[in-house]
Amino acid sequence: MAATETHHAIETVFRIEQARLIGGLARMVRDVGLAEELAQDALVIALSEWPKTGVPKNPGAWLMAAAKRRAIDGFRRKTMLARKHAEIGRDLEDESVSPVEAIEAALDDDLGDELLGLIFTACHPILSPEARAALTLRLIGGLTTDEIARAFLSSETTIAQRIVRAKKTLGKAGLAYEVPRGPERKERLASVLEVIYLIFNEGYAATAGEDLIRPALCAEGQRLGRILAGLLPGEPEVFGLLALMEIQASRLNARVAPDGSPIPLTEQNRARWDQLLIRRGLAALERAEALGGAEGPYALQAALAACHARAHKPEETDWKRMAGLYDRLRAVMPSPVVDLNRAVAHSMAFGPEAGLTLLSEIDPAGALAGYAPLPAARGDFLFRAGRLAEARVAFERAAALSRNDPEKAFLLKRAAACGG
Amino acid sequence: MRVVVMVKATEDSEAGIMPTTELLAAMGKYNEELVNAGIMMAGEGLHPSVKGKRIAFDGPGRTVIDGPFAETRELVAGFWLWEVKDMAEAIEWAKRCPNPMPGPSELEIRPVFEAADFGEAFTPELVEQEERLREKAAKR
Repeated sequence: MAATETHHAIETVFRIEQARLIGGLARMVRDVGLAEELAQDALVIALSEWPKTGVPKNPGAWLMAAAKRRAIDGFRRKTMLARKHAEIGRDLEDESVSPVEAIEAALDDDLGDELLGLIFTACHPILSPEARAALTLRLIGGLTTDEIARAFLSSETTIAQRIVRAKKTLGKAGLAYEVPRGPERKERLASVLEVIYLIFNEGYAATAGEDLIRPALCAEGQRLGRILAGLLPGEPEVFGLLALMEIQASRLNARVAPDGSPIPLTEQNRARWDQLLIRRGLAALERAEALGGAEGPYALQAALAACHARAHKPEETDWKRMAGLYDRLRAVMPSPVVDLNRAVAHSMAFGPEAGLTLLSEIDPAGALAGYAPLPAARGDFLFRAGRLAEARVAFERAAALSRNDPEKAFLLKRAAACGG
Repeated sequence: MRVVVMVKATEDSEAGIMPTTELLAAMGKYNEELVNAGIMMAGEGLHPSVKGKRIAFDGPGRTVIDGPFAETRELVAGFWLWEVKDMAEAIEWAKRCPNPMPGPSELEIRPVFEAADFGEAFTPELVEQEERLREKAAKR
Protein backbone atom coordinates (compact mmCIF):
# COMPACT_ATOMS: atom_id res chain seq x y z
CA MET A 1 0.00 0.00 0.00
CA ALA A 2 1.31 3.44 -0.85
CA ALA A 3 2.31 5.60 2.11
CA THR A 4 -0.39 8.19 1.43
CA GLU A 5 -3.04 5.49 1.23
CA THR A 6 -1.87 4.09 4.55
CA HIS A 7 -2.06 7.56 6.04
CA HIS A 8 -5.56 7.96 4.71
CA ALA A 9 -6.60 4.62 6.20
CA ILE A 10 -5.07 5.54 9.56
CA GLU A 11 -6.81 8.88 9.57
CA THR A 12 -10.09 7.11 8.86
CA VAL A 13 -9.54 4.73 11.79
CA PHE A 14 -8.80 7.75 13.93
CA ARG A 15 -11.94 9.54 12.79
CA ILE A 16 -14.02 6.52 13.77
CA GLU A 17 -12.32 6.18 17.16
CA GLN A 18 -11.71 9.78 18.13
CA ALA A 19 -14.98 10.59 19.90
CA ARG A 20 -14.66 7.62 22.26
CA LEU A 21 -10.99 8.36 22.67
CA ILE A 22 -11.52 12.00 23.59
CA GLY A 23 -14.46 11.02 25.80
CA GLY A 24 -12.37 8.57 27.79
CA LEU A 25 -9.40 10.92 28.04
CA ALA A 26 -11.53 13.93 29.02
CA ARG A 27 -12.97 12.00 31.91
CA MET A 28 -9.46 11.09 33.00
CA VAL A 29 -7.77 14.48 32.71
CA ARG A 30 -10.92 16.56 33.31
CA ASP A 31 -10.10 18.85 30.41
CA VAL A 32 -11.57 18.40 26.97
CA GLY A 33 -8.91 20.58 25.29
CA LEU A 34 -6.08 18.52 26.78
CA ALA A 35 -7.95 15.33 25.90
CA GLU A 36 -8.14 16.40 22.28
CA GLU A 37 -4.41 17.21 22.25
CA LEU A 38 -3.58 13.80 23.72
CA ALA A 39 -5.76 12.11 21.10
CA GLN A 40 -3.94 14.04 18.38
CA ASP A 41 -0.61 12.95 19.88
CA ALA A 42 -1.80 9.36 19.69
CA LEU A 43 -2.68 9.87 16.02
CA VAL A 44 0.82 11.19 15.33
CA ILE A 45 2.33 8.11 16.99
CA ALA A 46 0.01 5.83 15.01
CA LEU A 47 0.98 7.56 11.77
CA SER A 48 4.61 6.73 12.45
CA GLU A 49 4.10 3.21 13.89
CA TRP A 50 1.29 1.66 11.89
CA PRO A 51 2.85 1.88 8.44
CA LYS A 52 5.59 -0.40 9.88
CA THR A 53 3.50 -2.70 12.08
CA GLY A 54 0.16 -2.60 10.31
CA VAL A 55 -3.08 -1.39 11.90
CA PRO A 56 -3.47 -3.19 15.25
CA LYS A 57 -6.38 -5.54 15.85
CA ASN A 58 -8.06 -3.22 18.31
CA PRO A 59 -7.02 0.24 17.08
CA GLY A 60 -9.23 2.07 19.57
CA ALA A 61 -7.51 0.45 22.56
CA TRP A 62 -4.11 1.00 20.97
CA LEU A 63 -4.78 4.71 20.49
CA MET A 64 -6.11 5.00 24.02
CA ALA A 65 -3.01 3.31 25.44
CA ALA A 66 -0.74 5.61 23.44
CA ALA A 67 -2.66 8.71 24.54
CA LYS A 68 -2.59 7.58 28.16
CA ARG A 69 1.16 7.09 28.01
CA ARG A 70 1.49 10.64 26.71
CA ALA A 71 -0.70 11.85 29.55
CA ILE A 72 1.46 10.06 32.11
CA ASP A 73 4.63 11.51 30.57
CA GLY A 74 3.06 14.93 30.76
CA PHE A 75 2.12 14.49 34.39
CA ARG A 76 5.61 13.25 35.24
CA ARG A 77 7.29 16.20 33.56
CA LYS A 78 5.20 18.85 35.15
CA THR A 79 5.10 19.60 38.82
CA MET A 80 1.52 19.12 39.79
CA LEU A 81 0.14 22.11 41.59
CA ALA A 82 -3.31 20.79 42.21
CA ARG A 83 -3.66 17.76 44.46
CA LYS A 84 -6.45 16.48 42.28
CA HIS A 85 -4.08 16.31 39.35
CA ALA A 86 -1.49 14.46 41.38
CA GLU A 87 -4.12 11.90 42.30
CA ILE A 88 -5.10 11.43 38.70
CA GLY A 89 -1.42 10.99 37.86
CA ARG A 90 -1.10 8.29 40.50
CA ASP A 91 -4.20 6.55 39.28
CA LEU A 92 -2.76 6.53 35.83
CA GLU A 93 0.56 5.13 36.96
CA ASP A 94 -1.13 2.37 38.92
CA GLU A 95 -2.96 1.32 35.83
CA SER A 96 0.14 1.52 33.71
CA VAL A 97 1.36 -1.78 35.20
CA SER A 98 -0.38 -3.51 32.31
CA PRO A 99 -1.98 -0.61 30.53
CA VAL A 100 -3.39 -2.30 27.46
CA GLU A 101 -5.33 -4.95 29.35
CA ALA A 102 -6.52 -2.48 31.92
CA ILE A 103 -7.64 -0.07 29.25
CA GLU A 104 -9.28 -2.73 27.18
CA ALA A 105 -11.22 -3.84 30.23
CA ALA A 106 -12.23 -0.25 30.94
CA LEU A 107 -13.24 0.31 27.34
CA ASP A 108 -15.41 -2.78 27.33
CA ASP A 109 -17.03 -1.61 30.52
CA ASP A 110 -18.58 1.66 29.54
CA LEU A 111 -17.69 2.53 26.00
CA GLY A 112 -21.07 4.10 25.56
CA ASP A 113 -20.83 6.07 28.78
CA GLU A 114 -17.64 7.79 27.73
CA LEU A 115 -19.05 8.82 24.39
CA LEU A 116 -22.28 9.91 26.01
CA GLY A 117 -20.36 11.87 28.63
CA LEU A 118 -18.54 13.70 25.85
CA ILE A 119 -21.78 14.47 23.99
CA PHE A 120 -23.35 15.89 27.15
CA THR A 121 -20.20 17.94 27.80
CA ALA A 122 -19.94 19.35 24.28
CA CYS A 123 -23.63 20.28 24.48
CA HIS A 124 -23.43 21.78 27.98
CA PRO A 125 -25.95 24.58 28.53
CA ILE A 126 -23.22 26.92 29.80
CA LEU A 127 -22.19 27.20 26.13
CA SER A 128 -24.14 29.08 23.47
CA PRO A 129 -26.02 26.87 20.98
CA GLU A 130 -23.58 27.90 18.22
CA ALA A 131 -20.57 26.98 20.35
CA ARG A 132 -22.21 23.68 21.27
CA ALA A 133 -22.85 22.88 17.62
CA ALA A 134 -19.28 23.68 16.58
CA LEU A 135 -17.78 21.68 19.43
CA THR A 136 -20.09 18.72 18.80
CA LEU A 137 -19.21 18.62 15.11
CA ARG A 138 -15.52 18.88 15.98
CA LEU A 139 -15.34 16.33 18.79
CA ILE A 140 -18.07 13.84 17.95
CA GLY A 141 -18.55 14.35 14.22
CA GLY A 142 -14.81 14.58 13.58
CA LEU A 143 -15.22 17.52 11.20
CA THR A 144 -12.29 19.87 10.69
CA THR A 145 -12.52 23.51 11.71
CA ASP A 146 -12.48 24.44 8.04
CA GLU A 147 -15.41 22.10 7.29
CA ILE A 148 -17.42 23.50 10.20
CA ALA A 149 -16.71 27.06 9.05
CA ARG A 150 -17.89 26.29 5.51
CA ALA A 151 -20.95 24.50 6.85
CA PHE A 152 -22.01 27.51 8.92
CA LEU A 153 -21.02 30.07 6.26
CA SER A 154 -18.48 31.45 8.69
CA SER A 155 -14.72 32.01 8.67
CA GLU A 156 -12.28 29.42 9.91
CA THR A 157 -10.85 31.93 12.41
CA THR A 158 -14.28 32.62 13.90
CA ILE A 159 -15.03 28.93 14.33
CA ALA A 160 -11.56 28.15 15.69
CA GLN A 161 -11.95 30.91 18.27
CA ARG A 162 -15.44 29.74 19.12
CA ILE A 163 -14.14 26.22 19.77
CA VAL A 164 -11.15 27.41 21.81
CA ARG A 165 -13.38 29.64 23.94
CA ALA A 166 -15.87 26.83 24.44
CA LYS A 167 -13.15 24.47 25.60
CA LYS A 168 -11.85 27.14 28.00
CA THR A 169 -15.32 27.73 29.41
CA LEU A 170 -15.77 24.02 29.96
CA GLY A 171 -12.33 23.76 31.54
CA LYS A 172 -13.06 26.60 33.98
CA ALA A 173 -16.39 25.09 34.95
CA GLY A 174 -14.59 22.04 36.37
CA LEU A 175 -17.04 19.54 34.94
CA ALA A 176 -16.97 15.85 35.75
CA TYR A 177 -17.48 14.68 32.16
CA GLU A 178 -20.03 12.22 33.42
CA VAL A 179 -23.44 11.40 32.06
CA PRO A 180 -25.84 13.53 34.11
CA ARG A 181 -28.36 11.63 36.20
CA GLY A 182 -31.48 12.54 38.10
CA PRO A 183 -33.33 15.81 37.62
CA GLU A 184 -30.37 17.47 35.87
CA ARG A 185 -30.55 14.93 33.08
CA LYS A 186 -33.76 16.19 31.50
CA GLU A 187 -32.48 19.74 31.11
CA ARG A 188 -29.08 18.58 29.84
CA LEU A 189 -30.68 16.19 27.37
CA ALA A 190 -32.87 19.00 26.02
CA SER A 191 -29.69 20.95 25.37
CA VAL A 192 -28.18 17.99 23.46
CA LEU A 193 -31.30 17.52 21.33
CA GLU A 194 -31.45 21.24 20.58
CA VAL A 195 -27.90 21.15 19.21
CA ILE A 196 -28.49 18.08 17.06
CA TYR A 197 -31.63 19.63 15.57
CA LEU A 198 -29.78 22.90 15.01
CA ILE A 199 -27.10 21.02 13.06
CA PHE A 200 -29.73 19.17 11.03
CA ASN A 201 -31.69 22.34 10.26
CA GLU A 202 -28.59 24.22 9.19
CA GLY A 203 -28.16 21.53 6.54
CA TYR A 204 -31.85 21.52 5.68
CA ALA A 205 -31.77 25.28 5.11
CA ALA A 206 -28.94 24.94 2.58
CA THR A 207 -29.95 25.52 -1.01
CA ALA A 208 -28.88 23.73 -4.17
CA GLY A 209 -25.50 24.73 -5.55
CA GLU A 210 -24.10 25.62 -2.16
CA ASP A 211 -20.97 24.00 -0.77
CA LEU A 212 -21.82 20.31 -0.36
CA ILE A 213 -20.68 20.37 3.25
CA ARG A 214 -23.85 22.30 4.15
CA PRO A 215 -26.42 19.72 3.07
CA ALA A 216 -24.08 17.12 4.61
CA LEU A 217 -25.02 18.61 7.98
CA CYS A 218 -28.38 16.85 7.67
CA ALA A 219 -26.58 13.52 7.46
CA GLU A 220 -24.41 14.62 10.40
CA GLY A 221 -27.49 15.45 12.49
CA GLN A 222 -29.13 12.15 11.59
CA ARG A 223 -25.99 10.23 12.45
CA LEU A 224 -25.75 11.98 15.83
CA GLY A 225 -29.42 11.20 16.43
CA ARG A 226 -28.92 7.54 15.57
CA ILE A 227 -25.84 7.31 17.82
CA LEU A 228 -27.75 8.94 20.66
CA ALA A 229 -30.68 6.56 20.16
CA GLY A 230 -28.24 3.66 20.53
CA LEU A 231 -26.77 5.16 23.69
CA LEU A 232 -30.05 6.23 25.32
CA PRO A 233 -32.57 3.56 24.30
CA GLY A 234 -35.03 4.59 27.01
CA GLU A 235 -35.37 8.31 26.23
CA PRO A 236 -38.54 8.98 24.20
CA GLU A 237 -37.58 12.45 22.97
CA VAL A 238 -34.33 11.10 21.50
CA PHE A 239 -36.50 8.88 19.30
CA GLY A 240 -38.93 11.74 18.69
CA LEU A 241 -36.13 13.90 17.34
CA LEU A 242 -34.66 11.03 15.34
CA ALA A 243 -38.09 10.36 13.80
CA LEU A 244 -38.51 14.03 12.94
CA MET A 245 -35.11 14.22 11.22
CA GLU A 246 -35.50 10.94 9.31
CA ILE A 247 -38.93 11.91 7.97
CA GLN A 248 -37.87 15.44 7.03
CA ALA A 249 -34.73 14.10 5.36
CA SER A 250 -36.83 11.65 3.35
CA ARG A 251 -37.97 14.65 1.27
CA LEU A 252 -34.53 16.14 0.65
CA ASN A 253 -34.35 14.87 -2.94
CA ALA A 254 -37.89 15.89 -3.82
CA ARG A 255 -37.98 19.42 -2.48
CA VAL A 256 -35.78 21.19 -5.03
CA ALA A 257 -36.51 21.52 -8.76
CA PRO A 258 -33.70 20.86 -11.24
CA ASP A 259 -33.30 24.64 -11.62
CA GLY A 260 -32.75 24.94 -7.87
CA SER A 261 -36.09 26.49 -6.93
CA PRO A 262 -37.86 25.04 -3.90
CA ILE A 263 -40.93 22.84 -4.41
CA PRO A 264 -43.66 23.14 -1.76
CA LEU A 265 -44.62 19.95 0.02
CA THR A 266 -48.01 19.58 -1.65
CA GLU A 267 -46.42 19.74 -5.10
CA GLN A 268 -43.51 17.41 -4.53
CA ASN A 269 -43.23 14.17 -6.49
CA ARG A 270 -43.92 11.80 -3.62
CA ALA A 271 -42.41 8.88 -5.53
CA ARG A 272 -39.07 10.57 -4.83
CA TRP A 273 -39.51 10.57 -1.08
CA ASP A 274 -37.03 8.18 0.48
CA GLN A 275 -39.19 5.31 1.71
CA LEU A 276 -36.35 3.80 3.72
CA LEU A 277 -36.00 6.97 5.77
CA ILE A 278 -39.78 7.22 6.14
CA ARG A 279 -39.93 3.68 7.50
CA ARG A 280 -37.06 4.38 9.85
CA GLY A 281 -38.75 7.60 10.95
CA LEU A 282 -42.09 5.93 11.56
CA ALA A 283 -40.37 3.16 13.54
CA ALA A 284 -38.54 5.74 15.68
CA LEU A 285 -41.82 7.59 16.26
CA GLU A 286 -43.52 4.37 17.33
CA ARG A 287 -40.67 3.78 19.75
CA ALA A 288 -40.99 7.31 21.18
CA GLU A 289 -44.73 6.76 21.70
CA ALA A 290 -44.21 3.29 23.20
CA LEU A 291 -41.78 4.86 25.69
CA GLY A 292 -44.57 7.20 26.81
CA GLY A 293 -43.30 10.21 24.90
CA ALA A 294 -46.23 10.90 22.58
CA GLU A 295 -46.66 14.41 24.02
CA GLY A 296 -43.01 15.43 23.66
CA PRO A 297 -42.44 18.42 21.36
CA TYR A 298 -40.15 16.47 19.01
CA ALA A 299 -42.45 13.44 18.94
CA LEU A 300 -45.43 15.66 18.13
CA GLN A 301 -43.54 17.41 15.33
CA ALA A 302 -42.49 13.98 14.05
CA ALA A 303 -46.12 12.82 14.19
CA LEU A 304 -47.07 15.85 12.08
CA ALA A 305 -44.32 15.09 9.57
CA ALA A 306 -45.55 11.47 9.55
CA CYS A 307 -49.05 12.60 8.49
CA HIS A 308 -47.53 13.90 5.25
CA ALA A 309 -45.22 10.90 4.89
CA ARG A 310 -48.12 8.46 5.14
CA ALA A 311 -50.18 10.23 2.46
CA HIS A 312 -49.34 8.97 -1.02
CA LYS A 313 -51.24 11.92 -2.52
CA PRO A 314 -51.69 15.39 -1.00
CA GLU A 315 -55.47 14.92 -0.75
CA GLU A 316 -54.97 11.79 1.33
CA THR A 317 -53.43 13.91 4.10
CA ASP A 318 -55.19 13.34 7.42
CA TRP A 319 -55.81 17.00 8.26
CA LYS A 320 -58.12 16.21 11.19
CA ARG A 321 -55.32 14.29 12.83
CA MET A 322 -52.92 17.12 12.05
CA ALA A 323 -55.29 19.69 13.55
CA GLY A 324 -55.41 17.64 16.75
CA LEU A 325 -51.64 17.24 16.82
CA TYR A 326 -51.17 21.02 16.46
CA ASP A 327 -53.58 21.55 19.37
CA ARG A 328 -51.34 19.29 21.46
CA LEU A 329 -48.07 20.77 20.17
CA ARG A 330 -49.30 24.25 21.08
CA ALA A 331 -49.73 23.07 24.67
CA VAL A 332 -46.11 21.88 25.02
CA MET A 333 -44.37 24.27 22.63
CA PRO A 334 -46.27 27.55 22.45
CA SER A 335 -45.19 29.64 19.48
CA PRO A 336 -46.95 31.95 17.01
CA VAL A 337 -45.62 29.86 14.11
CA VAL A 338 -47.23 26.76 15.61
CA ASP A 339 -50.45 28.80 15.98
CA LEU A 340 -50.31 29.77 12.31
CA ASN A 341 -49.72 26.19 11.17
CA ARG A 342 -52.48 25.07 13.50
CA ALA A 343 -54.88 27.49 11.82
CA VAL A 344 -53.89 26.10 8.39
CA ALA A 345 -54.46 22.50 9.56
CA HIS A 346 -57.85 23.42 11.05
CA SER A 347 -58.85 25.20 7.83
CA MET A 348 -58.00 22.09 5.83
CA ALA A 349 -59.81 19.80 8.29
CA PHE A 350 -62.87 21.86 9.18
CA GLY A 351 -63.12 24.58 6.51
CA PRO A 352 -61.81 28.11 5.98
CA GLU A 353 -64.03 29.66 8.68
CA ALA A 354 -62.33 27.51 11.33
CA GLY A 355 -58.98 28.72 10.05
CA LEU A 356 -60.06 32.36 10.11
CA THR A 357 -61.30 32.05 13.69
CA LEU A 358 -57.93 30.70 14.84
CA LEU A 359 -56.03 33.32 12.83
CA SER A 360 -57.99 36.08 14.55
CA GLU A 361 -56.44 34.88 17.83
CA ILE A 362 -52.92 35.59 16.54
CA ASP A 363 -51.72 39.11 17.27
CA PRO A 364 -50.84 40.62 13.86
CA ALA A 365 -48.55 43.14 15.56
CA GLY A 366 -46.80 40.42 17.58
CA ALA A 367 -43.94 38.12 16.71
CA LEU A 368 -45.40 37.43 13.26
CA ALA A 369 -45.64 41.11 12.23
CA GLY A 370 -44.17 41.42 8.76
CA TYR A 371 -44.21 37.63 8.28
CA ALA A 372 -45.58 36.98 4.77
CA PRO A 373 -47.06 33.50 5.48
CA LEU A 374 -49.55 35.08 7.94
CA PRO A 375 -51.43 37.27 5.39
CA ALA A 376 -50.88 34.55 2.77
CA ALA A 377 -52.77 32.05 4.94
CA ARG A 378 -55.49 34.62 5.62
CA GLY A 379 -55.77 35.24 1.89
CA ASP A 380 -56.11 31.53 1.24
CA PHE A 381 -58.84 31.07 3.88
CA LEU A 382 -60.76 34.14 2.63
CA PHE A 383 -60.46 32.94 -0.97
CA ARG A 384 -61.83 29.52 -0.07
CA ALA A 385 -64.63 31.20 1.91
CA GLY A 386 -65.57 33.13 -1.23
CA ARG A 387 -64.63 36.52 0.25
CA LEU A 388 -62.62 37.48 -2.83
CA ALA A 389 -62.15 41.21 -2.30
CA GLU A 390 -60.73 40.69 1.19
CA ALA A 391 -58.62 37.79 -0.09
CA ARG A 392 -57.08 40.01 -2.73
CA VAL A 393 -56.00 42.58 -0.15
CA ALA A 394 -54.45 39.84 2.00
CA PHE A 395 -52.53 38.30 -0.92
CA GLU A 396 -51.23 41.70 -1.99
CA ARG A 397 -50.11 42.43 1.55
CA ALA A 398 -48.33 39.04 1.68
CA ALA A 399 -46.65 39.69 -1.68
CA ALA A 400 -45.41 43.06 -0.43
CA LEU A 401 -43.87 41.40 2.63
CA SER A 402 -42.27 38.48 0.77
CA ARG A 403 -38.53 38.69 0.20
CA ASN A 404 -38.45 35.72 -2.13
CA ASP A 405 -39.09 36.40 -5.83
CA PRO A 406 -40.81 33.15 -6.88
CA GLU A 407 -43.00 33.37 -3.75
CA LYS A 408 -43.85 36.99 -4.46
CA ALA A 409 -44.85 36.12 -8.02
CA PHE A 410 -46.99 33.25 -6.77
CA LEU A 411 -48.80 35.49 -4.27
CA LEU A 412 -49.46 38.19 -6.89
CA LYS A 413 -50.90 35.49 -9.16
CA ARG A 414 -53.23 34.44 -6.39
CA ALA A 415 -54.22 38.10 -5.82
CA ALA A 416 -55.01 38.48 -9.52
CA ALA A 417 -57.12 35.30 -9.43
CA CYS A 418 -59.41 37.01 -6.93
CA GLY A 419 -60.60 39.34 -9.69
CA GLY A 420 -61.55 42.84 -8.78
CA MET B 1 -22.98 8.65 1.06
CA ARG B 2 -24.76 5.36 1.00
CA VAL B 3 -23.05 2.10 0.16
CA VAL B 4 -24.32 -1.42 -0.26
CA VAL B 5 -21.99 -3.96 1.28
CA MET B 6 -22.53 -7.38 -0.25
CA VAL B 7 -21.52 -10.64 1.36
CA LYS B 8 -20.47 -12.80 -1.54
CA ALA B 9 -21.73 -16.38 -1.62
CA THR B 10 -19.49 -19.38 -1.06
CA GLU B 11 -20.03 -23.09 -1.67
CA ASP B 12 -21.05 -23.40 1.98
CA SER B 13 -23.64 -20.65 1.80
CA GLU B 14 -24.96 -22.02 -1.50
CA ALA B 15 -25.20 -25.46 0.10
CA GLY B 16 -27.47 -23.93 2.74
CA ILE B 17 -25.03 -24.49 5.60
CA MET B 18 -26.27 -22.23 8.40
CA PRO B 19 -23.89 -20.02 10.39
CA THR B 20 -22.67 -21.36 13.74
CA THR B 21 -23.94 -19.95 17.03
CA GLU B 22 -20.50 -18.44 17.48
CA LEU B 23 -20.64 -16.59 14.17
CA LEU B 24 -24.21 -15.46 14.81
CA ALA B 25 -23.08 -14.00 18.14
CA ALA B 26 -20.08 -12.26 16.58
CA MET B 27 -22.26 -10.92 13.76
CA GLY B 28 -24.83 -9.71 16.28
CA LYS B 29 -22.15 -7.78 18.15
CA TYR B 30 -20.83 -6.32 14.91
CA ASN B 31 -24.30 -5.25 13.80
CA GLU B 32 -24.79 -3.59 17.16
CA GLU B 33 -21.57 -1.63 16.64
CA LEU B 34 -22.80 -0.55 13.21
CA VAL B 35 -26.08 0.64 14.69
CA ASN B 36 -24.35 2.46 17.55
CA ALA B 37 -22.01 4.19 15.11
CA GLY B 38 -25.12 5.46 13.35
CA ILE B 39 -24.22 3.99 9.96
CA MET B 40 -26.45 0.91 9.66
CA MET B 41 -29.58 1.58 7.58
CA ALA B 42 -30.61 -1.96 6.69
CA GLY B 43 -29.18 -5.43 6.36
CA GLU B 44 -30.42 -8.89 5.51
CA GLY B 45 -29.13 -12.39 4.86
CA LEU B 46 -30.31 -14.16 1.72
CA HIS B 47 -31.35 -17.75 1.12
CA PRO B 48 -29.13 -19.74 -1.27
CA SER B 49 -29.78 -19.23 -4.97
CA VAL B 50 -31.63 -22.56 -5.16
CA LYS B 51 -34.60 -20.61 -3.81
CA GLY B 52 -34.04 -17.72 -6.22
CA LYS B 53 -35.41 -16.88 -9.66
CA ARG B 54 -33.98 -14.87 -12.50
CA ILE B 55 -35.95 -12.94 -15.09
CA ALA B 56 -34.06 -12.83 -18.38
CA PHE B 57 -34.86 -9.95 -20.75
CA ASP B 58 -34.39 -10.05 -24.49
CA GLY B 59 -36.21 -7.27 -26.27
CA PRO B 60 -39.88 -7.82 -25.45
CA GLY B 61 -39.20 -11.40 -24.27
CA ARG B 62 -39.20 -12.39 -20.58
CA THR B 63 -37.97 -15.78 -19.43
CA VAL B 64 -38.06 -17.00 -15.84
CA ILE B 65 -35.03 -19.09 -14.84
CA ASP B 66 -35.07 -21.20 -11.69
CA GLY B 67 -32.09 -21.34 -9.32
CA PRO B 68 -29.60 -22.59 -8.33
CA PHE B 69 -27.23 -20.50 -10.37
CA ALA B 70 -23.65 -21.30 -11.28
CA GLU B 71 -20.75 -18.84 -10.84
CA THR B 72 -21.05 -19.08 -7.02
CA ARG B 73 -18.46 -16.38 -6.38
CA GLU B 74 -20.61 -13.82 -8.18
CA LEU B 75 -23.71 -14.56 -6.12
CA VAL B 76 -24.78 -12.56 -3.09
CA ALA B 77 -25.49 -14.20 0.26
CA GLY B 78 -26.42 -11.09 2.19
CA PHE B 79 -26.14 -7.32 2.24
CA TRP B 80 -26.07 -4.19 4.34
CA LEU B 81 -27.00 -0.66 3.43
CA TRP B 82 -24.74 1.80 5.24
CA GLU B 83 -24.68 5.57 5.46
CA VAL B 84 -21.01 6.56 5.71
CA LYS B 85 -18.95 9.70 5.21
CA ASP B 86 -16.78 8.26 2.47
CA MET B 87 -15.47 5.03 0.95
CA ALA B 88 -12.52 4.97 3.37
CA GLU B 89 -14.93 4.77 6.29
CA ALA B 90 -16.87 1.97 4.60
CA ILE B 91 -13.64 0.03 4.04
CA GLU B 92 -12.60 0.47 7.67
CA TRP B 93 -15.95 -0.80 8.93
CA ALA B 94 -15.97 -3.69 6.47
CA LYS B 95 -12.53 -4.76 7.71
CA ARG B 96 -13.97 -5.00 11.22
CA CYS B 97 -16.61 -7.50 10.11
CA PRO B 98 -16.12 -11.05 11.40
CA ASN B 99 -15.45 -13.46 8.55
CA PRO B 100 -19.04 -14.15 7.50
CA MET B 101 -18.25 -17.64 6.17
CA PRO B 102 -16.46 -20.73 7.55
CA GLY B 103 -13.85 -20.56 4.76
CA PRO B 104 -12.32 -17.72 2.75
CA SER B 105 -14.93 -15.15 1.78
CA GLU B 106 -15.39 -11.68 0.37
CA LEU B 107 -17.31 -8.47 0.98
CA GLU B 108 -17.95 -6.09 -1.88
CA ILE B 109 -18.68 -2.39 -1.29
CA ARG B 110 -20.62 -0.46 -3.92
CA PRO B 111 -21.60 3.21 -3.61
CA VAL B 112 -25.27 3.96 -4.19
CA PHE B 113 -26.08 6.48 -6.93
CA GLU B 114 -27.23 9.85 -5.70
CA ALA B 115 -29.10 12.44 -7.75
CA ALA B 116 -25.96 14.57 -8.03
CA ASP B 117 -24.08 11.62 -9.59
CA PHE B 118 -26.26 11.79 -12.68
CA GLY B 119 -24.93 15.27 -13.43
CA GLU B 120 -24.88 15.80 -17.18
CA ALA B 121 -26.90 12.65 -17.80
CA PHE B 122 -29.85 14.37 -16.16
CA THR B 123 -30.80 15.82 -19.56
CA PRO B 124 -33.27 18.64 -20.22
CA GLU B 125 -35.70 15.96 -21.45
CA LEU B 126 -35.49 14.15 -18.13
CA VAL B 127 -35.83 17.47 -16.32
CA GLU B 128 -38.96 18.11 -18.35
CA GLN B 129 -40.25 14.65 -17.53
CA GLU B 130 -39.68 15.51 -13.87
CA GLU B 131 -41.66 18.71 -14.31
CA ARG B 132 -44.54 16.86 -15.98
CA LEU B 133 -44.59 14.32 -13.19
CA ARG B 134 -44.70 17.15 -10.69
CA GLU B 135 -47.56 18.87 -12.49
CA LYS B 136 -49.45 15.62 -12.62
CA ALA B 137 -48.78 15.01 -8.97
CA ALA B 138 -49.98 18.52 -8.18
CA LYS B 139 -53.22 18.10 -10.11
CA ARG B 140 -53.99 14.66 -8.77
